[in-house]
Amino acid sequence: MATKDFLLEVGVEEIPDWMIEAGLAHLQTKIQDLIGPLNGSMTMAEATPRRLVIACSGLQEREADREEIQTGPPKQAPAPAVAGFAKKCGVTVEELEVIESAKGTYFSYRRKLVGKSAVEILSEILPGLILGIPWPKSMLWPAKGGAKFIRPIRWILCLLGEDVVPFAINGIATGNQTAGHRQLGQHRVAVTIATYEQALRDNFVILRASERRQKIVDELPAGVKADAALLETLTYSTEFPTPILGEFAESYLSLPEEVLVTVMRFHQKYFSVADADGKLAAKFVAVMNTASDPEGLVKHGNERVLRARFNDARFFYDVDQHKPLAQRVEDLKTVTFQKDIGSYHAKTLQVMALVAELGGDASTVRAAELAKTDLTCEMVKEFTELQGVVGGLYAKAQGEPSDVATAIYDHYKPVSMEDSIPRTRAGQLLSVADKVNTLRSCFGIGMIPTGSKDPFALRRAAQGIVKILVEGELSLGLQQLAGGVAKLDEFLLERVKHYCQEIRGYAYDEVAAVLAAGADALPDVLARLDAVKTVRAGEDFEPLAAAFKRTKNILDQAKFTPAGPVDPALMTDPAEIALSAALSEVAARVKGRSYIEILAGMATLRPAVDLFFDKVLVNAPDQAVRTNRLTLLFSLKAEFSGIAEFSEIVPKLQETLAS
Amino acid sequence: MTTYQEMIFRLKRYWAERGCIITEPYDVEVGAGTMCPETFLRVLGPDAYRVAYVQPSRRPADGRYGENPNRLYKHSQLQVILKPTPDDVIEQYLGSLEAIGIDLKKHDIKFEEDNWESPTLGAWGIGWQVMLDGMEITQFTYFQQCGGIDLDLIPAEITYGLERLCAFLQDKESVYQIDWTPEFNYGQVRLKEEQQFSVYNFEMADVAMLWKLFDAHEGECQRLIELYKTAEEGKSRFPVLPTYDQVLKCSNIFNLLDARGAISVTERVGVIARVRRLAVGVAGMWVDQQYTAEVVA
Repeated sequence: MATKDFLLEVGVEEIPDWMIEAGLAHLQTKIQDLIGPLNGSMTMAEATPRRLVIACSGLQEREADREEIQTGPPKQAPAPAVAGFAKKCGVTVEELEVIESAKGTYFSYRRKLVGKSAVEILSEILPGLILGIPWPKSMLWPAKGGAKFIRPIRWILCLLGEDVVPFAINGIATGNQTAGHRQLGQHRVAVTIATYEQALRDNFVILRASERRQKIVDELPAGVKADAALLETLTYSTEFPTPILGEFAESYLSLPEEVLVTVMRFHQKYFSVADADGKLAAKFVAVMNTASDPEGLVKHGNERVLRARFNDARFFYDVDQHKPLAQRVEDLKTVTFQKDIGSYHAKTLQVMALVAELGGDASTVRAAELAKTDLTCEMVKEFTELQGVVGGLYAKAQGEPSDVATAIYDHYKPVSMEDSIPRTRAGQLLSVADKVNTLRSCFGIGMIPTGSKDPFALRRAAQGIVKILVEGELSLGLQQLAGGVAKLDEFLLERVKHYCQEIRGYAYDEVAAVLAAGADALPDVLARLDAVKTVRAGEDFEPLAAAFKRTKNILDQAKFTPAGPVDPALMTDPAEIALSAALSEVAARVKGRSYIEILAGMATLRPAVDLFFDKVLVNAPDQAVRTNRLTLLFSLKAEFSGIAEFSEIVPKLQETLAS
Repeated sequence: MTTYQEMIFRLKRYWAERGCIITEPYDVEVGAGTMCPETFLRVLGPDAYRVAYVQPSRRPADGRYGENPNRLYKHSQLQVILKPTPDDVIEQYLGSLEAIGIDLKKHDIKFEEDNWESPTLGAWGIGWQVMLDGMEITQFTYFQQCGGIDLDLIPAEITYGLERLCAFLQDKESVYQIDWTPEFNYGQVRLKEEQQFSVYNFEMADVAMLWKLFDAHEGECQRLIELYKTAEEGKSRFPVLPTYDQVLKCSNIFNLLDARGAISVTERVGVIARVRRLAVGVAGMWVDQQYTAEVVA
């Protein structure tokens, strides 16, 4: 059968750069499904801010014909029932067949379905499929009753071979035209599938993201500081990216580097540049969405804007120094933390107390006192992303000790799971105390995250606490941090589980087993997890864990609590004598050793445990013997229960069978 | 060199040639051209409309005593409303830049995501800030909702910041150096106003009086909204527009109180909600009067 190529280009007004890849990926998956029955294969999925493009090859002109068997009444059914079935199928009784299958023999109708043509399928399905792209925030146009999309669609190029696939979205009909670059290309250009990509190139549109990215990278001058996220932003906010180098006056370098970089990076989307010594140079790189700047107008314009921004920053810096942070604590009374909780002043007092309670020294308490004062500074009002950082810089400039300044600087860290934790002990304690205070306060007024609702980013705060406790090896108990606030314990524990499984990659049953044996001190939790994971690889561990589960079941069923130690005199079976001896030997040998050594020792008990369950009847008729055997099992379980609740371990073999 | 007023003439002419009504600024204090009835009310309902006007926009908290080269207490916006949005709206917009002498082939233009929301007006839209060589020169918004009401026809709102656009054209480091005419610069025309209003707004405005005014205008607005609701007849001649002026008064007084530091962050949300309630109330009245009451009468 003859096959055809396919090309779709949805022409849109500028899509926000950060949404493009996900939107395109969705479209790609859906069209992949759509062309499956036509045996087509996808050859390209690309996007620029103004277009989403999918190309396929080898589409059959129509899908294969199919048969569908409709099953009716059984062979023995009375004539009227058979006639009724035929009527329902829209045929005569003669056209029915009697088909025998495993379920029995039935009157059936073999309906022939003619495969739809590719054009029919595409024009029927594509509009809904395009409109089904789940954008984070879409808009309605041109009027009520119209469809929603990320921005208005302005043209749709849709070709199957030579032909336009006919459909329309919000009154925009498909055609054979694409559009060039807004300033440098033609407004509309007729193309064929073969000429499409070159036609775009001729009109200053580089269709492929990889090529745009490479063009930026290749043209960046020496010394540009690598910034992968910015590179992606610029790749997807341009159709013809061209970097240009600009300069600013050296005198601005007296401003804090963090401020300069923030202005360039976040406000202007510029790369910053380092000099030969790696220090910030008085230069920047902007990436234009055009081919060249022959008269230097773009460079001039960008330098002018940056100058104005830096002048603002300098003005804010100078104004802010008129009142040191230490004199701004009172001003926090007018800054609301949360309307039902209170001001940042109240929060500051609480965090100071908490820092002291958690063992912070005088510097840490001082850092807590000043930590939020930068919220009253002009610089932070303008560059909110620099909160904390500005406080740290100002504290240092105003003569606070460096450990105070560093703690303030770092106290919002980690802002994500990829971010590092505060560098100093004081910073770690302050960060934990600040976040714990936020959690306690919010939980206190019932502001508890549910599902996707977490306006105060409490999950992230809790996750940050866990990360600091583990990586900073802080010996603060979760119970203590929860401070008796209902549900906060549980919430923190959830984050611990998430951290261990998703961030550190421990298996869920390892995490469950270790947490069941105690979850308060996180560095200890991680040490135990590491031991369980290590020893689990050995062949004796999992069968032993299964035996522990059996032990637990037996003890639970008997609702057993021991009255005293095992009595050697009551032991009769060689297997129980052996187990008791082995247990005592191992217990003595691993006493005071590392978790790994203890568990390795435990694993050596496997033969004795197996033999015990094989030979010994726990529920002995003699009450005293039975109690003694239960006591032996109890001590076996208790000996290692501080490390993990081994009955939670799901043996891998069993897991495979279950799934 | 294109003077400030010449630039404005050209923009008005450009949009007039594209079917816009050119009106003079609304004569009640507003914080943005969006708040004028020509935008806020006209975007509601199913009737087409096209209008362009320069609107002096007062933002007391942005005042800098005339000392900051780029920040003004009162700046001017050219506000264009195209309802419904023509398919080639962006091409039309780019044409307006060429009309004031910007050769687009020699400059870098980017449309950066910037959705607009006004909690005081119960309004929001989707759009961009338009960046010319790294500088924001225009806010471009497809309105979706106004006064809490979903719009029938989606309008495009194009708002040019005239001072910064002109500073760009004339390559001036300070808005006060802009040539308004060949003879007079912007500072000669407006510097005194910036200085004196900054002094008043930040230092001298009588807070107690402002609260009294706020309450009075709010009361009048509520009284009118209530009257309209309960009116049995005469709705078609009801003074909806004067009711809306009360909203604008409240909004401006709120901004003054804010600049004066008289509204704590805690109170802020509550006061915004009060203004919003009024704006939503009037928007509902307007729609009702335009499209329901007259049909009945």
